Amino acid sequence: MTDSIDTTRIISSDRFELHPADETAIVRELDHYEQPQAATIEALKIVQRRYGWIPDGTIPAIARVLGIGPAAVEGVATFYSLLFRQPVGRHVILICDSSSCFLTGFDELKAALVQQLGIDYGETTQDRRFTLLPVCCLGACDGAPAMMIDDDTYGPVRPEDLDTLLEGYP
Amino acid sequence: MAIIHVDGQEYEVNGAHNLLQACLSLGLDIPYFCWHPAMGSVGACRQCAVRQYRDADDDKGMLVMSCMAPATDQTRISISDEEAQRFRASVVEWLMINHPHDCPVCEEGGHCHLQDVTVMTGHDRRRYRYRKRTRRNQYLGPFLAHEMNRCITCYRCVRFYNDYAGGTDLGVSGARDNLYFGRYEDGILESPFAGNLSEVCPTGVFTDQSHSDHYTRKWDLQFAPGICQHCSLGCNISPGERYGTIRRIENRYHGEVNGHFLCDRGRFGYGHVNRDDRPLVPLWRDQPDQPPISLDVNDALNRLTNALRHTRRIIGIGSPRASLESNHQLQALVGAENFSTGIDAGELSCLALMEKLQQTGGLATPTPRQIEQHDAILVLGEDPVQSAGRLGLHLRQAALARREILGGTIGVAAWNAEALKTLGQDKFHPLHIAWPAPTDLDDVAAGRYPLGPDGIAQLGFAVAHAIDPAAPAVPQLSSELHEIALRIADDLMGAERPLVISGGSLASRAVLQAAGSIAQALSRRAKAGGLLFIRREANSTGLGLMGGHSLNWALDELAKGHADGVIVLENDLYQRAHAARVDEALARAAVQVVLDHQSTDTTAKATFVLPAASFAEGSGTLVNLEGRAQRFFQVYDPTYMRPEARIHESWHWLHVIAARLRDEPATDINLDTVTQACANANPALAGIVEVAPGADYRIEGLRLAREPHRYSGRTAMGAHMTVSEPRPAQDRNTPFAFSMEGYSSFHRPRQQVPFAWAPGWNSPQAWNKFTDEINGHLKGGDPGVRLIYRTPKHRDYREPVSDPIPNGDGLRALILPRLFGGEELSARAHPIQQRITPPVLILHHRDGEDLGVSPGDQVLVNDYPASLTVQEQDDWPRGWTGLPAGLFPGLAVGDVIAVRLAQGGGA
Ligand code: SF4
Ligand code: SF4
Ligand code: FES
Ligand code: FES
Repeated sequence: MTDSIDTTRIISSDRFELHPADETAIVRELDHYEQPQAATIEALKIVQRRYGWIPDGTIPAIARVLGIGPAAVEGVATFYSLLFRQPVGRHVILICDSSSCFLTGFDELKAALVQQLGIDYGETTQDRRFTLLPVCCLGACDGAPAMMIDDDTYGPVRPEDLDTLLEGYP
Repeated sequence: MAIIHVDGQEYEVNGAHNLLQACLSLGLDIPYFCWHPAMGSVGACRQCAVRQYRDADDDKGMLVMSCMAPATDQTRISISDEEAQRFRASVVEWLMINHPHDCPVCEEGGHCHLQDVTVMTGHDRRRYRYRKRTRRNQYLGPFLAHEMNRCITCYRCVRFYNDYAGGTDLGVSGARDNLYFGRYEDGILESPFAGNLSEVCPTGVFTDQSHSDHYTRKWDLQFAPGICQHCSLGCNISPGERYGTIRRIENRYHGEVNGHFLCDRGRFGYGHVNRDDRPLVPLWRDQPDQPPISLDVNDALNRLTNALRHTRRIIGIGSPRASLESNHQLQALVGAENFSTGIDAGELSCLALMEKLQQTGGLATPTPRQIEQHDAILVLGEDPVQSAGRLGLHLRQAALARREILGGTIGVAAWNAEALKTLGQDKFHPLHIAWPAPTDLDDVAAGRYPLGPDGIAQLGFAVAHAIDPAAPAVPQLSSELHEIALRIADDLMGAERPLVISGGSLASRAVLQAAGSIAQALSRRAKAGGLLFIRREANSTGLGLMGGHSLNWALDELAKGHADGVIVLENDLYQRAHAARVDEALARAAVQVVLDHQSTDTTAKATFVLPAASFAEGSGTLVNLEGRAQRFFQVYDPTYMRPEARIHESWHWLHVIAARLRDEPATDINLDTVTQACANANPALAGIVEVAPGADYRIEGLRLAREPHRYSGRTAMGAHMTVSEPRPAQDRNTPFAFSMEGYSSFHRPRQQVPFAWAPGWNSPQAWNKFTDEINGHLKGGDPGVRLIYRTPKHRDYREPVSDPIPNGDGLRALILPRLFGGEELSARAHPIQQRITPPVLILHHRDGEDLGVSPGDQVLVNDYPASLTVQEQDDWPRGWTGLPAGLFPGLAVGDVIAVRLAQGGGA
């Protein structure tokens, strides 16, 4: 009498299990805020610390822990350039392309980096050691041109400094 | 009121509006995107720029966004200012940089807000010559197609979906000029209001997938003012037809009912009209199990009247999904003493009680839009989103309206949406919901109380007592319920306009009485507030007003052999009563005449089947949950594209049969005469004549056009049958023409608008031209007439009552309404079927243990064929099982049921 009922087509990522320690840390963050969505950035940072980036499957998992919708988490996760949505290398190099650095040798520095690593912006070396990204003013203008590797800021950096500098990040 | 000066002209406007709203209300055109009449302003698109001057001496002024500037007294602006014009043209140009310019293949084309604004601003040359970014589109389920490349980043979709409708799975990702509006991953959009995105999105990003499956441009569709047939709310719709099938349902603005939005059941449930298993010609069966024989109309009527003449007594079974007119003709044919409403006895008695409480409960019945102005709400025993779709959206706005109050205290205007959202956060007007299962409103609710019908009734009476000590106390009330009752009573008494909502979903007279007692208590404590009851079907209220026996009575009469003829009107009895019971009753009837527009289990055995008109091929009147009678009008003539079809309104068939039974020639009737006859015969329905203009209504001497003036291809669309163009169908019943010739403008106030179009406005934004002010009423008045009035007199309280406890021990059934699958007609539409979730049986884990079932088990209930997955809910009321509506005909709430494992294993 009625048409056959189609099976509902739901495409859903595998249920991602957050690391229990991360889940606890996120729950702890919730205490600091009136609204759960306010803890989103911290939650994403916690996850990024574990994996180096934010895998797609973690989005609904984080949303579940925060008790908000996955779309809201995805919105934040894609908004900030330092929350990574693709795997990055073991070390992330942020090179400043803002005015002070631009005036004091950013071009040469970037060219040297690109040449040395064989990658451009947004790329990762084949050995997954480095990812190169531009960044806007590191607040280190007094040491321009500046760059940052992981949590360390350097400046002024000359192309010839790069060899030694990079060696510190195996 | 405020005076503003626009391009040197002085106007009086509503000072609470913003300038854009004010100018549009005046009928002036300012292009815009992100502002929406129901959702206010965010100033995101920068399209609505005008020049504003400080005072009369200021000749420089500055550009402002008209949607973000208040229409305060003595505001001076210029829309036609040259720089403002250039600015607006540039904005469209920027927004269009990545747009694919694919209008010819875009399904928004022809009713596209972006096209309208692009033309309006004069941006007609593309200068950008560089690479455009392209997007991957998502699969979003059966209702909507996604084409992200057309996005102009106005944010309307996420504002509607999340902020207005409470969705959580659609969002915006990215930043700057790199934005993506979609789900966080491919998948079905979860919100039951997602379909509105097809109208809210000003571009072709979100388009109606069901329309796509048989696409026709809006200007090539034929429309009529329709009423949604899928629940008791009675949303106004514009169904669009081409080549004899309905192609889409658009919202038809109604200032008091649906405003700008519909629910997805209503928008995508029209597929039952297009099914190819519909009866098209009269059918006759010599024996119940024989295949039917097609008859021509005359032959069918002859045989049918002959057969009926040989019966001793004919029972007529009407239907709450058929028009008043058709039900009336059946009632007239068989006589009131032989007429059944086709509604189950329990439901029928609830309908009568709801009607009575509406009259005597002490509080007024609000219109659905007025719900949004209530500042404390108790929902007693209903799940509004599931049982009355769109109504859930009204309730959500009521809760959210707290923001506007908070904004008012610090001078933030009601249209300033983003500011109010930030201000309000999670502060809502109190909304209390007494309902056992989670509801779609829980996120804005102050509390949900998971009780069975008995507990809900108790809670209700306790609230009444807490409000007015003169109301009887509830004996043996648990302290927990007592606490809750006090909280609810406090909230209701603390509000300016409290609202009580209940309805028939639990089929509990006790729950309804309790709702009535609360209303009574509030009114005795001198509270102005509202009381609203949700009914089950499109015309349940109407049939209640018309009156008649219950379905149970009709089946009994037949089963006992007290009647040997039965005429069933647009009703599948197998959806309403247990199959064995229907079989038994029908088997005793020598002659079974069934009129329907669907092939059902009931038509499958009938002696005669007469092809009835659906809401798309016929006209009639329905009464919604307020008691508002509303007319729906025929959209198209089914014989125009299918000459072999013999589809007629049931009221027409029944009129002719009645005449033949009397051995008289059938008199000439049309919609007006049958409506009049119905009103004459039923004093409670006297108002229905005034509901809509009659067939002789004309504007400027013209009929009203069903087709836009650009309608094309009429001369050719029957060319496969005959090369000469047939005469357009003639309409004897309504003031509308099956033609593009006729009145279709907005200048003359009118209530009945088949489709909204105004020069320059092809998109649904054209409705702004038809309303007295933005978001207000139609210039001609909102359609419909209230039939149920409040009688201003206090009555005494009833003692707390409870529903009769049925015999037998065991779990009792609680039928949960469901938006998709819980209603017969929409469940026949393919897109709705794809949204029906697998059925579950909900119970408390302790009851599950007693029964020996665990979550995930497949179980059967009594002798019904549907197999259900067991689901446990921690706070589910003990002793009750939740069952999905639509699968257990004849099972009543409160019935004791037997549950057993599906694969042989006993439980
Ligand atoms: S998808 Fe549509 S509604 Fe959403 S931002 Fe883009 S154009 Fe606006
Ligand atoms: S099903 Fe009900 S709520 Fe939904 S559109 Fe139709 S009348 Fe409105
Ligand atoms: S501009 Fe490079 S650190 Fe400030
Ligand atoms: S409509 Fe005013 S900025 Fe978008």
